Amino acid sequence: MTQPLLQVKDLSVRIGNGDSAIRPVDGLSFHIRHGETFALLGESGCGKSMTALALLRLLPRPAGEIVSGSVLLNGKELLAFTENGMRSVRGGSIAMIFQEPMTSLNPVMSIGAQIAESLQQHKGLSGKTARHRVVELLDDVGIPDAEQRYGEFPHQLSGGMKQRVMIAIALAGDPDLLIADEPTTALDVTIQEQVLELIKKLQRQRGMAVMLITHDLGVVAEMADRVAVMYAGQLVEQAPRDAFFGNSKHPYSDKLFAALPDSSKREERLTVIPGTVPPLNQVFYGCRFADRCERAWEHCQSHIPGWFETGVEQGVRCHLADPTLSPGGNRETVVQHDTRVKTPVEKSVQRALLDVEELKVYFPIHKGLFKRVVGQVRAVDGVSLSISSGQTLALVGESGCGKTTVGKGILQLLKLTAGSVRFEEHELTELKGEGLRRRRSDFQIIFQDPFSSMNPRMSVGDIVEEGMIAQGIGGKAQQRKQRVHELLQQVGLRTEHARRYPHEFSGGQRQRICIARALAVNPKLIVCDEPTSALDVSVQAQILNLLQDLQGELGLSFLFISHDLSVVSYLADRVAVMYLGRIVEEGDVGDVLDNPQHPYSQALLSAAPRVNTDGERRSIRLEGDLPSPSSPPQGCHFHPRCRHVKPECRQSYPSLTRLTETHQLRCHLFEGLEAKP
Amino acid sequence: MIQPVILWTDALVFVLLAVVFSFALYARNKEHLRAPWREVVRSRMAVASLVVLTVYTITGLLDSVHFRKALPMHEGQQEVQYSGDVLSLLDELLGDMRTQVEKTYSSPFAMHLYTRESVIGDDGEQYRTFPRLEYGGAHLANREERSADIALRTGQALFQAVAVMLVLSVLLAAWLAKRWKLSLAAALRRILRGESDMPWRTAIAAIFIFAFIVTLTASLANVYHVFGTDKVGKDVLYQTIKSIRTGLVIGTLTTLVMLPFAVFLGMMAGYFRGWVDDVIQYLYTTLNSIPGVLLIAATVLMMQVYMDNHPELFETMAERADLRLLFLCLILGITSWTGLCRLLRGETLKLRELDYVQAADAFGVPKSTILVRHLLPNLLHLVLIAVVIDFSGLVLAEAVLSYVGVGVDPTTMSWGNMINRARLEMAREPMVWWSLLAAFSFMFTLVLAANLFSDVVRDAFDPRLRAQR
Amino acid sequence: MFAYVIRRALYAIPILIGVNLITFALFFVVNTPDDMARMHLGMKRVTADAIEKWKAERGYDRPLLYNRQADGAERVTATIFFDKSVRLFAFEFGSSDAGRDIGQDISQRMWPSLAIALPTFLIGLLVYISFAMLLAFFRGTYLDISGVALCVILMSISGLFYIIAGQYVFSKLLHLVPVSGYEPGWLAWRFVLLPVAIGVFAGIGSSSRWYRTIFLEEINRDYVRTARAKGLPEGRLLFRHVLKNAMVPILTGVVVVLPTLFMGSLIMESFFAIPGLGSYTIEAIQKQDFAIVRAMVFLGSALYILGLLLTDLSYTLVDPRIRLS
Repeated sequence: MTQPLLQVKDLSVRIGNGDSAIRPVDGLSFHIRHGETFALLGESGCGKSMTALALLRLLPRPAGEIVSGSVLLNGKELLAFTENGMRSVRGGSIAMIFQEPMTSLNPVMSIGAQIAESLQQHKGLSGKTARHRVVELLDDVGIPDAEQRYGEFPHQLSGGMKQRVMIAIALAGDPDLLIADEPTTALDVTIQEQVLELIKKLQRQRGMAVMLITHDLGVVAEMADRVAVMYAGQLVEQAPRDAFFGNSKHPYSDKLFAALPDSSKREERLTVIPGTVPPLNQVFYGCRFADRCERAWEHCQSHIPGWFETGVEQGVRCHLADPTLSPGGNRETVVQHDTRVKTPVEKSVQRALLDVEELKVYFPIHKGLFKRVVGQVRAVDGVSLSISSGQTLALVGESGCGKTTVGKGILQLLKLTAGSVRFEEHELTELKGEGLRRRRSDFQIIFQDPFSSMNPRMSVGDIVEEGMIAQGIGGKAQQRKQRVHELLQQVGLRTEHARRYPHEFSGGQRQRICIARALAVNPKLIVCDEPTSALDVSVQAQILNLLQDLQGELGLSFLFISHDLSVVSYLADRVAVMYLGRIVEEGDVGDVLDNPQHPYSQALLSAAPRVNTDGERRSIRLEGDLPSPSSPPQGCHFHPRCRHVKPECRQSYPSLTRLTETHQLRCHLFEGLEAKP
Repeated sequence: MIQPVILWTDALVFVLLAVVFSFALYARNKEHLRAPWREVVRSRMAVASLVVLTVYTITGLLDSVHFRKALPMHEGQQEVQYSGDVLSLLDELLGDMRTQVEKTYSSPFAMHLYTRESVIGDDGEQYRTFPRLEYGGAHLANREERSADIALRTGQALFQAVAVMLVLSVLLAAWLAKRWKLSLAAALRRILRGESDMPWRTAIAAIFIFAFIVTLTASLANVYHVFGTDKVGKDVLYQTIKSIRTGLVIGTLTTLVMLPFAVFLGMMAGYFRGWVDDVIQYLYTTLNSIPGVLLIAATVLMMQVYMDNHPELFETMAERADLRLLFLCLILGITSWTGLCRLLRGETLKLRELDYVQAADAFGVPKSTILVRHLLPNLLHLVLIAVVIDFSGLVLAEAVLSYVGVGVDPTTMSWGNMINRARLEMAREPMVWWSLLAAFSFMFTLVLAANLFSDVVRDAFDPRLRAQR
Repeated sequence: MFAYVIRRALYAIPILIGVNLITFALFFVVNTPDDMARMHLGMKRVTADAIEKWKAERGYDRPLLYNRQADGAERVTATIFFDKSVRLFAFEFGSSDAGRDIGQDISQRMWPSLAIALPTFLIGLLVYISFAMLLAFFRGTYLDISGVALCVILMSISGLFYIIAGQYVFSKLLHLVPVSGYEPGWLAWRFVLLPVAIGVFAGIGSSSRWYRTIFLEEINRDYVRTARAKGLPEGRLLFRHVLKNAMVPILTGVVVVLPTLFMGSLIMESFFAIPGLGSYTIEAIQKQDFAIVRAMVFLGSALYILGLLLTDLSYTLVDPRIRLS
């Protein structure tokens, strides 16, 4: 076997000092070969980003420190390098790209200069030659008009373009290894696909190895040659991709797969991993996953599992794999998959709870000497939808398409430009002041970010109680308190949590509190604005289950806003796909997700990386970015990116076509294919 | 017989005290307010400076309880007449320092005047000599005894201070022993080894130093002029101590005056936006564009004219001087609220977009409730940081303003006035340096303590800065 | 961008009007001209005639806002408001209460002020930024910690102390420079040296500490991590990346004061007997010459507003996000 490009042995990192010191990376060993893609998979806080920073010795100083281990790059020990020597490695042999392209570029330097800087550092290029090379690099990463873009500044580029620039910077030093730390997490699916495709292409061209750090099993499935799963600072499993996806060995990996929502799991509850990742400031005496593992027995609590090779380049850190041990008790029977059929929901389709017609929300653009209104950002441009009681309508689209604005507009949290919102036959847009205030208990909202959605200065009890007080429901103080306790239990928290403050809770728990807060006023409709997109897969499953249960128990209606199609396919009854302020396709979940007709829906669906494909997949790739809603393209908004574009697409916006009773879309390709009633 | 006098600033100082006290009660049950304070008092630097600040504050508070003494009754007089001199509790405590006035300059610990005078000796001849002071070192027969006397008194003071410290430490240890459920000896050991959560050891050390300074002053200041005397023979140490109140009043009342403006307007502008925001922004930009010193100067001048034209409004000199001090605080407040207002406006703009404010909107929570329950508590740390940081700046500003001639009343004792008067003394040959030294060192101690304290407070309350460490 | 600058400039007009109204109210409404006259002439034994004479000599004998006796436009123009306040917009400052032409005085006295203030400003900026960069470079080390401690101590000392101590040490003890005074032309350097040095030194504490905070804030940003991952040396990182970004907040505080440098420093000029606008103002305050104070308030505000405008402009130089929007 030839020498691997990178050989990491027993790497440990410590952050902080004394009692509060944590060990985000604890005894990590792996290797990466020339030209391969090695995926480091794990949930947030498991130490994967710290690993990447430690490899380049870029840990935050002075808090972070590599306490032990060895990192061999082409056989040379990086940890023994001087700081000076390390600088030629950074950006030279090993380059890195980060998760947040928005903040990772220097805002006051032109992108050309930022790339040239790396060229000068590692290739000694300057002046014209450097400029020439920068333009080449920009070309390589697929930035159009590279020559003109040289002098542009980061804020003039879209997120996807910025990530391309980051990649160009990384390529400038001709690295042998590219570390990509969640390179596409901040991007939309269609852009994510472009960027992943680009990384693949460049890797092929240059024979460079890629270390891909991600939490997304789909991305791993699509990109990786080999996979390592990280949990609580350690590797728990390592395997070639196919082996991993075909037959994962560690209970944690199994659970990750099972927790993924999917349309095939619609009729069952999602498997959840109970509990949370243990804090890393402690000394472990057993398996770190034991507390959350269904297959754990006493041995797991008291003995630290070793690393067991289970095949070629395949291994696992689990007592189950220890050939000298037989699992305590008759474990196999205890393994329980929560296949309980979810509570069936009485779906009453007859009466529309919410009816939205031609909703428009424009934000004026002020410009010029006197801040005159020179244009409108058409965030929402004529959206019509309706939701029946007990139903879930999912609103799907990429960021900036206006889906959140629709949600807030329906709740009258924004000033509507036009349109009507009828809730139980009452026109909400005509209500004002007190009248609107009194109706507010009927419709509530759950936000995306569990950190900013609760006032950090209020106790959980006060937070949940607030709506009841404002709405004058729930009776006297004592009764309200009682109700708060009931609600907390209903969402799976304990009554004593009422006295605590939000910062003491994890993301998933916070989202539960937010749900309790919304439920406190007995709403009929809840707008869920990406309630799980900030959560890890395992926690996401808990929340989705909870929402399902609540819908069954209370007959709630959800407007579920999301960009994640797998979540939508699991939860929704109906799906509406939004593009640039308008709904382009709407129908029952089976219609839209299994049989999408609109080219945009098709592209969106195919762009989402999936676990259970065999790598080589279909791919309808979308070129370019989402146009600005302040100047949407003439005609069909989608035509500049559409592969089936026809002349009339450039002329007029397509009218509504009803394909079936439940399935409708707006596309010129289908005009005239109206289903006969 | 005494007649209590409540000056305007006295009243406000006690209002402020009440505000601080009620805030402490409020904060007791709020974890988010208690936690940073716990962090503050865990820092040794903060505890040491807190002790300094406490000593200054107690001095200032003692100096804020004013009264007038009754004059001796004349024959046939019906009503009690009160002296025009407004005294404070501090004056009583300082004893004779106020009244022991020499003829003119004398240096620290001097027994003789600093200047030669013509004295008619016992023989009727005129001598040019340095005459003995009337009070300073008057109990000594000659100059040779002085060193021994000072040493003796210092020794006594040290002994007393040690005694005070021992008593206090034992009391503290007893209290802590009860809390920690330890024996007294064990608690004492824990404190002295610095193993406690709070840096009690530092506190004890700081208390000892201050106990020593107090006892030393007590034993020396009544028989010597520790910091000498000024041009008209007044004790400099007395003046410096009396100046503490002025400094504190300016540092604190100014903030008290400006806070309602800054908080209310800043929040209104940020939350309501639109024309409310335009008006408030216009207001503070306009006020801000007038150079601060000039605005203060103009206002103080105008106020002076007003006061001169309406002498009938003031019963005593003290009241007049006090009102001027209050006005100075007001004006300083008016010129200094703009910065905080702008800061709060910006922060409110950010906060109002946060999901929890939107959630409250979605519940139909009234706007006023949103302001009070959701925005104000989340701005409070900024207000607190601003108050603490402003304090030292204001104390320093007083000196500058008094120098320019638009500060406190010339009859009010303040460091600025002392420096202003002493400035010309630097040009004397030989130089008179002690007034300056006294004023600068007292001011420096206060400002340094305040700065160190504010650093710790800011680190504890500003989560953004905490993340940086 | 051009529209942006014009809009900012237009915004200055209502502010200047506001300043003008405030000063007018302060100087003529709080106290009547009679009060001022009495003040100047001494409180006691002042006759009504003397007051009238004093007012007439200085043009304070007119009605405040509206002149019933006059005709036509004069009804508005022959008033104190027009004469003393509105004329300020044209930078006509009139004459002081002592009878001197204020405009003339200002044009003569601003040069000595500038001779002190400008070098203090420029050298100060250089020194503070360098010192702050030094501390930021060595962040977390003992050099940094003791540097910050030094800053806190320096900023706790009254500015007056620096002046008094500086004068004593350098002029009286060492006889290096004259204690005070001024001489126009190139010979001024002897008189300028000490005030500038003291001015720079007095600001080290607070300014350097502030800049250090700004630098540290920038150092923790993501783009610095990117630059580090490129393999850039620390020095280049600080100068090319951090400094350039930190210039945005630094400029906010710095450019504003640029025009007001003309106004000089009150304290410094008065201590060193520099015949600049600062000492001019102080003398006016001490002599209670309201006309001069009024003029200086207006001038100061106008210069400050100019500073705000320059700040906006300077952003467009350092921040492409503003330049290109």
